[in-house]
Formats: sequence, C-alpha cells, structure tokens
Amino acid sequence: MTTTDGVPDPGPRTATQREVSAEIATAAGAAPRTDGHPDRAYLPYRSTALRAPQRPLVVSPPSLTELAAPVFGIADVTPIEADLTRHHTGDPLGERIIVTGRVIDGDGRPVRNQLVEIWQANASGRYRHEGDQHPAPLDPNFTGGGRALTDEDGTYRFVTIKPGAYPWRNHTNAWRPAHIHFSLFGTAFTQRLVTQMYFPGDPLFGLDPIFQSVTDEKAQQRLIAAYDHDVTEPEWALGYRWDIVLDGAHATPPDTDDPDGA
Amino acid sequence: MLELTPSQTVGPFFAFGLPFSGGGDVVPVGTPGAITLHGTVRDGAGAAVPDALLEFWQAGPDGRVPARPGSLRRDGRTFTGFARVATDRAGDYRLRTLRPAAPSDAVQVRHAPHLAVTVFARGLLHHLFTRVYFPNHVQANADDPLLAALDEERRATLMAVPDGGVTGPGYRFDVRMQGPGETVFLDLSAHGLAQPPAETVETPETP
Ligand SMILES: [Fe+2]
Repeated sequence: MTTTDGVPDPGPRTATQREVSAEIATAAGAAPRTDGHPDRAYLPYRSTALRAPQRPLVVSPPSLTELAAPVFGIADVTPIEADLTRHHTGDPLGERIIVTGRVIDGDGRPVRNQLVEIWQANASGRYRHEGDQHPAPLDPNFTGGGRALTDEDGTYRFVTIKPGAYPWRNHTNAWRPAHIHFSLFGTAFTQRLVTQMYFPGDPLFGLDPIFQSVTDEKAQQRLIAAYDHDVTEPEWALGYRWDIVLDGAHATPPDTDDPDGA
Repeated sequence: MLELTPSQTVGPFFAFGLPFSGGGDVVPVGTPGAITLHGTVRDGAGAAVPDALLEFWQAGPDGRVPARPGSLRRDGRTFTGFARVATDRAGDYRLRTLRPAAPSDAVQVRHAPHLAVTVFARGLLHHLFTRVYFPNHVQANADDPLLAALDEERRATLMAVPDGGVTGPGYRFDVRMQGPGETVFLDLSAHGLAQPPAETVETPETP
C-alpha cells in the first residue's frame, strides 16, 4: 500500500520476511495440535493455500490393510545406499557427517528391519533437481539420496555431507535452515511419516515457515538432531543423533492364538 | 505414550530420493487380471499438481495383505502390494496392479476391497490418507463402515471409475486436494480415534 516510487505494480506482491514473521508469531499464539503435527492450512507457508483440504478429516478405524505395512528387506536396499559419500567415483565436497538414531513407536517399541529414506541438498545448498534454481554449484560427486534398513533395535545409520541452507520463493529473502528430508514406515501403514531433520542452533529456525508450522516449542525440538561426540569418529566425521517416534500402535484385531491374551 | 515426531512437507525436490524404477509396476505387463489405475491430482483451484507423490498399499486377489519384500527391486513374480508413483507435469499418475479382495478370515470390522493411499506434495505439511474402492462390490461397499458413514457425493470421491485403458481393464481415480469435489481424507491415527467423534467426524445428512 505504500508504493511511492511510481514503479508499476509487478503483480501479486511477495511478502517481506517481517510480514511473514508477524504471521508466524500470530500462528504461534494459537493452540497447537495435540499430536504435535503442523496444521495443514498453515498460511505463512504459502503453498498450503490451495493444497490443504477444507473439509475435516473423517475419523475412521484402520482397515486390516492399513494395520499392516509394506515389508522391505535386503532385496530392496544395499548397504552402500546408506553412505551418500560413496555414490560416485570421488569424494563430495563439504563436511562429512554421521546421522544415526532409532525409529520407535509411541510405546517405545523399536521399528525393526524397516525402510528409512533420506534426500537432501549438497553442501552448497543445491539439490540435484531441475526445479532447483539456486545459483549454487552442483557437486559431481554428490546426488543426495540414501536408503537404509533399521536393525533389530530400530537403529538406522547414514554417512553423508552436512547440507547447506538454501533460498526459496515463499517470500522475499526466504531461506530454509539446513535439513535432511526423512521418509519412514512403521509396522502399520497408519504410521507412515515424512519429515525433516534439522541441525542444532540454526539461526534460521525462527524465520522459517516450514519449521515454524510446528507451533509447539517442545514438538519443534523433536525435529532437531543432537550433536553426539560418541557418534563422532576421530579424524573422520562429526556425529549427530536423531530418534524418530512414529504414531502410536493401534489395538490390533483380537488374535485367538495369542497365549498372553494381550 | 512418547511424543511423536512431527510431520514436515515432502517439498518439491523428492524426485531423486523417493521414486524408484518400476514404482507403479506392482505386476508386470501382461499379468492375467492386471488393471491400470490412473488419475490426476488437482489443487483447490482445479489446477494439476505436478509435484505430488502417491503411495498405494493393498491386499492381493487372495484377500491377504502381502508381507513380502522386494517392492524397490521387483523380481517380476512377487506380489508385494506396494506402489509409489509421482505425478507428471500434467498432474497424472498411473500404476498397474491386481484387484484387491476382502480378507477371507472373519474379523470384527469388514471393509470392502480397497487400496490404501497416501498423498504427499509440496505445500502439504502432513500427508493425507484416503482409499480407492471399486464400484462392482455393491454389497461389500454398502456394508463398509467408512462408506456407510458418507453421503453420496462424498462417497463418490473414493470410488474408482471404470474406463477401459489401452493396456487392459482400467480405472480412474482422481484426487482433489481441496475445494469442490474434495476427496475424502482420513484420520486413521490412534490419536484420531481417541478424540470425541463429534469434533471431526462428518455427520451424514439425516432426513
Ligand atoms: Fe529441502
């Protein structure tokens, strides 16, 4: 409304960081969802406007199909897929890191032998994707996709490069804090989760509408990995630990063969 | 009960991380009984969504939910029941699979044969669950607890529409993320079931 320089209106105006930060502050005042997930209609993240359903979700008991999950095994994933620094002939540029943790359900039970997938930008903050217009260099030795299976304890482990922060077009001067995208399966399809892992102490947390879409401060902390010196390997790579808790298990259908009757 | 890890959007750049070769080929071309399932994902303005990712998970024609690995590297023989397909520039997706059957063993809640679906997209902060049902299962659909709770218009959003495709029997299933004809999306969480139904369940119109 304060166009005073006589320049023709270029069309829909892009919000400033200050304006988006004000929206973030307003949204932070509303009661958070009790499960900690973001509200899909979180408007500071502009792309939600036409993609968040308007009708309430229909609460439904899961079907037998939804109470089971796809099974993955050594036929699906080879061990080298968990080391993103070894997918090309040379070493990628950047800070080599180890990211490990456990996948557990809401009752603390490990999710065993299940698929964990990650994808991320390179050390410069650039994705190997035609849609990424950030003028930062691609790294011929880094693609940025990885897969692993959890072990009997629910533990996964990746070796990768610390991703860079990157700009995006949500608003003027919008930057994403460094993050690794994670995709997870549980023992039921209802536990499916796609999320992002962040690094401790990032100065962009307060400015980022995607991170801030999780409005509960304690829930936000659950998205941030912890630096763990016991994971760090001498003369080689820094270590981060990030545990993931999937939705609680449902009461399973009565099983007459269950000797415990539980 | 531990606190859950919150969801975050899949973003626009998942193409080299999640899709895999043969993701939509649950069965190979020429498999007896194979169907194609295809459709378009649209946003609240009716525009195609070119950066959505859909997953399908289902029982086989024997009514059993598969428990076999191998979806990511298909061997051409094993029915794993899992598909993952990204939409193309026109918002279209396609997969080839077998019709699911209802489980044969007696259970308390009988659902009609269906595919479970997960929708991911840029702009979607938390994935959406829905289901694909098939119109020929008239009695099973009438008895299905979810379908029975929906009015006709909303129920139609969960029905695959037969449309013989070039590669054999085909079905169309479109996803409308928002607005007119919005697809019925489900809260299947343990959390959802703990909520008083009146808050979130849509009450069917009663005359
Ligand atoms: Fe990202």
